[in-house]
Amino acid sequence: MTYITAMSGHDHDHGHEHGHHHDHDHSELSETQLRVRALETILTEKGYVDPKALDAIVEAYETKIGPRNGAKVVAKAWTDPAFKKALLEDASKAIGTLGHVSRVGDHLIAVENTPKTHNMIVCTLCSCYPWEMLGLPPVWYKAAPYRSRAVKDPRGVLADFGVTLPKETEIRVWDSTAETRFLVLPMRPAGTEGWSEEQLAEIVTRDSMIGTGLPKVSA
Amino acid sequence: MNGVHDMGGMDGFGKVEPEPNEPTFHHEWEGRVMAMVRAIGANGGINIDMQRFSRESLPPVVYLESSYYKKWFLALQRSMLERGMVGKDEIEAGRSLRQNPPLKRGTFSMSDVQRIMTRGSFRRDPPAPAAFALGERVRTKNINPVTHTRLPRYARGHTGTIERINGCHVFPDTSARGEGDNPRWLYTVVFSGRDLWGDDADPMLKVSIEAFEPYLEKLR
Repeated sequence: MTYITAMSGHDHDHGHEHGHHHDHDHSELSETQLRVRALETILTEKGYVDPKALDAIVEAYETKIGPRNGAKVVAKAWTDPAFKKALLEDASKAIGTLGHVSRVGDHLIAVENTPKTHNMIVCTLCSCYPWEMLGLPPVWYKAAPYRSRAVKDPRGVLADFGVTLPKETEIRVWDSTAETRFLVLPMRPAGTEGWSEEQLAEIVTRDSMIGTGLPKVSA
Repeated sequence: MNGVHDMGGMDGFGKVEPEPNEPTFHHEWEGRVMAMVRAIGANGGINIDMQRFSRESLPPVVYLESSYYKKWFLALQRSMLERGMVGKDEIEAGRSLRQNPPLKRGTFSMSDVQRIMTRGSFRRDPPAPAAFALGERVRTKNINPVTHTRLPRYARGHTGTIERINGCHVFPDTSARGEGDNPRWLYTVVFSGRDLWGDDADPMLKVSIEAFEPYLEKLR
């Protein structure tokens, strides 16, 4: 594999990514681990942080905050026209009225896919992402290939995800350059008539809410 | 700043490679870094714009070679060194060697966790009415500050349309320099793909940025 993969940040422990640098990677990795541990020790000894509070943050992102939150919102919008209208008018406010998803911050904007327009979200400058709705962003979202190409060649990016859209579909890319955050409201697939909200939420993928995928109904 | 972080429109980085069933963190230390950045940011007065600027300021080669959380770690350490919150000797020793004043909001502890799990609001009272109206054609300025800005290079000096007015928000360019909120109107400005990338671009492409009022000028 090449330098490109190294930059996408896939630095797993088993590290098959950069075959030409195996030993170097492994030592660098454990070195980072040691350096991070050292910094945490210093911050704890200085009384800046309580490590238990850090544990709680990590645990929340590992177990509570993920794309299921967004999927519930999408499923609700598919089944409740009044909620969908409210969501598109002011997503933060509309989601705030639902008891069952985590509280969402200010400035969330829901953008609706239609037969005419497909929306895609990127942050070319860093990695802004609707954490409360989708959890922490995947590596590809934060890496150079996506951030560089999404605004110039979104159809090429979609092809990397195996998604092809009709030529006449408008592709609308939203670059998250401020504290506004975006959530794509995908189109409800055919063949889901009469499904419950829970069933619908199951087919709403993370990528479909970023705009790099479509909800999938398995036959 | 015109750094390598400003990647929109660059070529040569290759394909997007989604990882099936990707874990939240690939290493235990990534979670620790994420939590430390959130904690020190929240209680130590290092705001989001300062954090972004410190990541952008990493040497370009380091920026490109480092994984996401490695960048967060390097930038956090650098920010704390610059502010005298930790010492170089302490980083080397791996332990605290002296006492420091407490963080602005005190030790980040369990009672602070809930507060940071919901994003704060960046909306502020407007100092003046919005200068641009919905549907108005505007031009983005050609600016090249060496400090932090959120106007990407690919969108400078182009003509677009005001599509949304998103209220008045903390202005990152000055907030990153510790100059306070300095609220400015925030707009969604949409450009045609051909206007940004030329006649070879997909005719069905539209790209929007979130643009603060100081990034925009009236079209005559």
